[in-house]
Amino acid sequence: MAEFSVDPYVQLYARRTSGMSASEVRALFAVASRPDVISLAGGMPYVQALPTQDVLDVVTQVLADRSDQALQYGDGRGMPSLRERLAMLMHEEGTPADPEDMIVTAGAQQALDLVGKVLIDPGDEIAVEAPTYVGALSAFGAYEPTFVQVELDDDGMIVEQLEEVLLRGARPKFVYTVPNFSNPAGVTMSRARREQLIALCREAHIPIVEDNPYGLLRFEGEEQPTLRSMDPQNVIYLGTVSKVFSPGVRVGWAMAEPGVLHRLVLAKEAADLCGSSLSMLVTECYLSGANWRENLRVLVDVYRSRRDATITALEERFPVDAIWTHPAGGFYVWVTLPPYFDSQALLAAAVERRVAYVPGTAFYPHTRGKDKMRLAFSYPTEHDICEGVRRLGLLLAEEEELYRSLSG
Amino acid sequence: MSGRIAVLAGGRSPEREVSLRSGHRIMAALRARGYDAFVIDPSESLMVETLSTASVSACYVALHGKDGEDGTVQRVLELLGIPYTGATPFACQVTFDKVLAKETLAAARVSTPPWASVQAAAIRDLAAGAILRQVTERVGLPAVVKPSRAGSAMGLSFVDREADLPQAVMNALSFADAAVVERRIRGVEVAAAMVGPEVETLPLVEILPKSGVFDYAARYTAGATEYFAPARIPPEVAGACHREARRAFEALGLRDVSRADILIDADGTPWVVDVNASPGMTDTSLLPMAARSAGIDFADLCERILRLALDRA
Repeated sequence: MAEFSVDPYVQLYARRTSGMSASEVRALFAVASRPDVISLAGGMPYVQALPTQDVLDVVTQVLADRSDQALQYGDGRGMPSLRERLAMLMHEEGTPADPEDMIVTAGAQQALDLVGKVLIDPGDEIAVEAPTYVGALSAFGAYEPTFVQVELDDDGMIVEQLEEVLLRGARPKFVYTVPNFSNPAGVTMSRARREQLIALCREAHIPIVEDNPYGLLRFEGEEQPTLRSMDPQNVIYLGTVSKVFSPGVRVGWAMAEPGVLHRLVLAKEAADLCGSSLSMLVTECYLSGANWRENLRVLVDVYRSRRDATITALEERFPVDAIWTHPAGGFYVWVTLPPYFDSQALLAAAVERRVAYVPGTAFYPHTRGKDKMRLAFSYPTEHDICEGVRRLGLLLAEEEELYRSLSG
Repeated sequence: MSGRIAVLAGGRSPEREVSLRSGHRIMAALRARGYDAFVIDPSESLMVETLSTASVSACYVALHGKDGEDGTVQRVLELLGIPYTGATPFACQVTFDKVLAKETLAAARVSTPPWASVQAAAIRDLAAGAILRQVTERVGLPAVVKPSRAGSAMGLSFVDREADLPQAVMNALSFADAAVVERRIRGVEVAAAMVGPEVETLPLVEILPKSGVFDYAARYTAGATEYFAPARIPPEVAGACHREARRAFEALGLRDVSRADILIDADGTPWVVDVNASPGMTDTSLLPMAARSAGIDFADLCERILRLALDRA
């Protein structure tokens, strides 16, 4: 008799990997990534809108003029010249930024991981929005926190709830928020809520981690100040060029007070010594050029049309008792279905009909969100969005019939 | 050695990833044995054109799920006149469809738990949703609800209370147009794998998922399930499992290879709960494990199955 160990390392894995497992939903996404499936699932920027010549020009320029630097190791905090450029990008959103307070990371995703590494001990409480960015849940999750969930509405995080949670004795190490065009909900925190959150966290001595990947992708409405601009001492700010330039260069950053920054830098150096010098120079060069603003404007126009197409299609095709958010920017519409729908179970049937979305359950730390789905409008064309939403609508109609018959 | 060996893997079913993992392992193993093996993913390349022009002497079918395991691809290969591993189109079709498979097993008096089938069309078009009451009466609770046509425990749920049955049926119907509601047997779970030509029953593999449920995550996350081979059960119970597995194999008209999933209740009675005509060949799959415990390494296993197809040329 033998006990079969299919993985000889099984006894060796760290406890923090226990949540990393195979899943049905991942398996379905392997089919959903086939070209014949209309994917409203992944939040991919529409990089096709980026003029190839602009990119070729900057890459050529970097390799011609600065190849010694581009092909070499660099500063663990990221190239000073790029940090200056990124600080200027923050000024675009009215946020004063000193390049000295900045560390460049491999996308904002690495910044999430570094923040987790530097701030979270196992068992620590972390406050997150419900729903929240799935990548933050997995980045922080590896450091074994307990997630405290704070509900969202159309004005973003319901700060009163956070207050109640604190009154009941929760002591989160930090509050994580995506205040602008949140992923997945697509909602934006109102000015009043921002002020409330800043005041509450300052008084309670709880830092805020502000993740702002979509801030420059506003379609309409009044710009909101970043939390960082309202209280630099108490806000760790995360940014990225993934949505204004390209996710392929993997350039993001974090802004923090000197003590935190120092630890983030040490953690970053331990993880990968330094970011890609080539990517950093290409990014710097692109953002120094004349065209990026115009390219971004074109991109925002594309996303706005796609958002409109999504909303129109939802109004035409989805069940009358479904509701959804109306994002004023970003990539996502968040749909709430009648409670008898299980969007996770429905994904298989959707993929069979050649359309995909992300089930709501992905965006909560615990089993919630079965009646929600995230639709990303950033990548598919308007035509595909209409067709994709039509397919989903038909599926939901059939599912509803099934439910009515089964529930007698 | 004459022509090339095409390993068919991938496809569009929800088990695409599993199939690709199986297929690439099989290709590597066959190459190590000197075969000119290559993978065709029917969802990515023009399978018929490739097979017609690549002078293929046999296909190793490593597809799982719809199209790959239900007789569809097998019928194409019959028309092309290319020998392939595994069962005939009809046997595949019956085995993959749990509604048909359960009927077939019961007719041959193979021990399989009481069940009832629910078709989406009946519920939707005949408004026969109220039939669920009869279903629970016939089957009893607790029950397990499965899609009629799916694999890897996808769309499967357990039902302890009658009130939870509609949701479970809806979940299963997301994967297929019919659901099978089966009495849940609690006990030791074993897999009985068989390989031809003389239908050798390999040692039983006992399955002990750490979560208590052998679901998708438990199947494909290394370390999420403990396996024991041979199973730690009395020899007479093992004998009974082997007998039922073989009878299932014959009743369904399978050939070359198959895996029966069996639950053994507290009395030591084996119940066949599923039979698979195209068993997984990934690094966490049960058939390769059973073979290994019988002293057959993975490459030997692949070659042996392939030779059965080549012999039909």
